[in-house]
Amino acid sequence: MTPAGSANGTVHPHGGGLTFRASLTEAMDDLLREDPRVLLLGEDVLDPYGGAFKVTRGLSGRYPGRVLATPVSEAAIVGAATGLAIGGLRPIAEVMFGDFILLATDELINHAAKFRAMYNDQVTVPLVVRAPAGGGRAYGPTHSQSLEKHFLGVPGLKVVAPTHLHDPGALLRAAVADPDPVLFIEHKLLYPLELRPAEVHGTPYPTAVVRAGRGEPAVMLFAYGGGVRWCLPAMGRLAEAGIASTLCLPSRIDRFAAWPWWDLAGRPPAAVLVEEGTAGAGWTAEVAAQLAEAGNPPVIRRVTGADDIIPAAGHLEDAMLPSTDAVVAAALALVR
Amino acid sequence: MAQADEALAVELYTQMALIRRVEETLQALFRQGRMRGTTHVSIGQEACAAGVVGAMDRQRDFVFSTHRCHGHFLAWGGEPRALFAELFGRQTGVCGGLGGSQHLCWNGFFSNGIQAGMAPVAVGLALSRKAAGEGIGVAFLGDGTFGEGALYESLNLAALWGAPLLFVVEDNGYAQSTPRRMQHAGRLAGRPPAFGVETVVHDAADPITIRRLAEALTLAVRADCRPRCLYLHTYRLAAHSLSEDYRDTEEIERWRRADPLAAMRRRLPDEQADTIDREIAARVADAVAAAEADPPARPRAVPLPEPVALPSLASAGGEPA
Ligand SMILES: Cc1ncc(C[n+]2csc(CCOP(=O)(O)OP(=O)(O)O)c2C)c(N)n1
Repeated sequence: MTPAGSANGTVHPHGGGLTFRASLTEAMDDLLREDPRVLLLGEDVLDPYGGAFKVTRGLSGRYPGRVLATPVSEAAIVGAATGLAIGGLRPIAEVMFGDFILLATDELINHAAKFRAMYNDQVTVPLVVRAPAGGGRAYGPTHSQSLEKHFLGVPGLKVVAPTHLHDPGALLRAAVADPDPVLFIEHKLLYPLELRPAEVHGTPYPTAVVRAGRGEPAVMLFAYGGGVRWCLPAMGRLAEAGIASTLCLPSRIDRFAAWPWWDLAGRPPAAVLVEEGTAGAGWTAEVAAQLAEAGNPPVIRRVTGADDIIPAAGHLEDAMLPSTDAVVAAALALVR
Repeated sequence: MAQADEALAVELYTQMALIRRVEETLQALFRQGRMRGTTHVSIGQEACAAGVVGAMDRQRDFVFSTHRCHGHFLAWGGEPRALFAELFGRQTGVCGGLGGSQHLCWNGFFSNGIQAGMAPVAVGLALSRKAAGEGIGVAFLGDGTFGEGALYESLNLAALWGAPLLFVVEDNGYAQSTPRRMQHAGRLAGRPPAFGVETVVHDAADPITIRRLAEALTLAVRADCRPRCLYLHTYRLAAHSLSEDYRDTEEIERWRRADPLAAMRRRLPDEQADTIDREIAARVADAVAAAEADPPARPRAVPLPEPVALPSLASAGGEPA
């Protein structure tokens, strides 16, 4: 069985030295050039600064008046972008750090995500909110979080988390073309990585599948976004130990159906579910529940962040977040 | 009265009387158990809706409203039948029965039940109209809504970016059960000007005055695409929602004697007012009868998870197919 609507086994074309960050910048550049309805807004997005993570660098000079530096007002950024979207424009709002999306949660959940359904399809809200998220840079408790689990299961809201195995720019273009609001999670540590060709399935938000080792996979990994940085090296180490594995890396993480991917991989007897966010009630809990509900599930382990704040001290942060070691250990515990 | 004023008086009285009749009917329908949930009526405040909304252009402008939205909706030209149907939970409702009393959307009219949440959305829509080269908006607010931070972000952004938007405050002195003086320090009408938003303060006794003020302000907003604020002192004669009213009964009585609807009626010849009232009563009764008989709201088709649905266990005999 293969997932419906998939461009099966497509290896996406990028990989020629383009970074995750440049892919996003390029996509916004193209969008601004091609579509007069597109505009960017966010804190400190103008040149020469170009945004806290430099993703919008170069754009304000090229598209004056369409890249808007906002006050430090997350609710107004997302709320006004929602109004712009209703008005027929295609706003891309940047929240400087994903942590600050909490200040715009009401606009996102009670407004942008609600309108289409509660107004009986009389309006659509083609809004994209980009949020640089995640830890690994010792920014401390309020600038390092992976909060996306709180936005899963919101009717009307999609959550998309690209990796360098997807084509992040193409995903951003898909999000801008989407008639519904999309929360677009960019893991900070992925920005400098070069894109890698990968087997992807599905459209418009493809899932990447990575296979490592010889023979039938003994373990399946499920991860998204920044989780890729532990899974790929872990798969290499498992392969060295003679354990074949398959990684499923969706780009759209809300309403993700796990079972078909496990099936596609030949139903490996073990599954390791990886997420950077805090332990429990998260994306991996949903994946585990779905695998269990489908019957004859694999044996499962979750690898997540600790149920704690993210400490500022780098070594403490390293200790509380998942790691390659933790992913390998979880797989070995299930396989052996 | 000059002839133009007379015509305006008839228009405004008719508008206000329709709003009053619709909302008193809603109260009765809830009391009788024919409607479920709750509702917020604007009885006593109709002059604000009739005065302000009539100054807008229904072809290109838009209105953002609040939980207390029926008057604004009717003044915008919304159909009483569609409003009743919405509250009855009928397919023919303004939003197919999905929104209910507080969540209306029709022809450039939007309301939501979150205090101040619509303020930045209104700013954004106003900016999109500015980019398109036509249309302005009005955003209604209550005094209690001045407690919300999003309002200040919105006033700031509207002034900073030049959003063609008229903020209209209906200050009825209360937020739910709490009087204004118990929740706000300082003078509320002084806040929009702090953002450079020109603000006109007036009482809401006379809809003709409100209409003139709104016309002048919307003209100014259209001319320079800068926000303005019309701050109206009004009073709601009914309870906040369907629950009890704990306000001082003498205070309510005092305001009832100054009911702007009654004052407006006195400006028309008795016979003419009687005719208007009779027509409205019949129109509202017909609307209720039609709406109540309409088919029930349909559930939305909820999309299946992507990329595929989970397999059916039944068809697989307990094993995934
Ligand atoms: C964010 C939010 N907080 C609280 C409420 C509950 N609530 C509904 S109406 C209301 C009072 C609003 O007062 P005001 O803005 O003065 O409007 P009024 O009811 O007087 O018309 C409150 C607190 C709400 N709907 N939204």
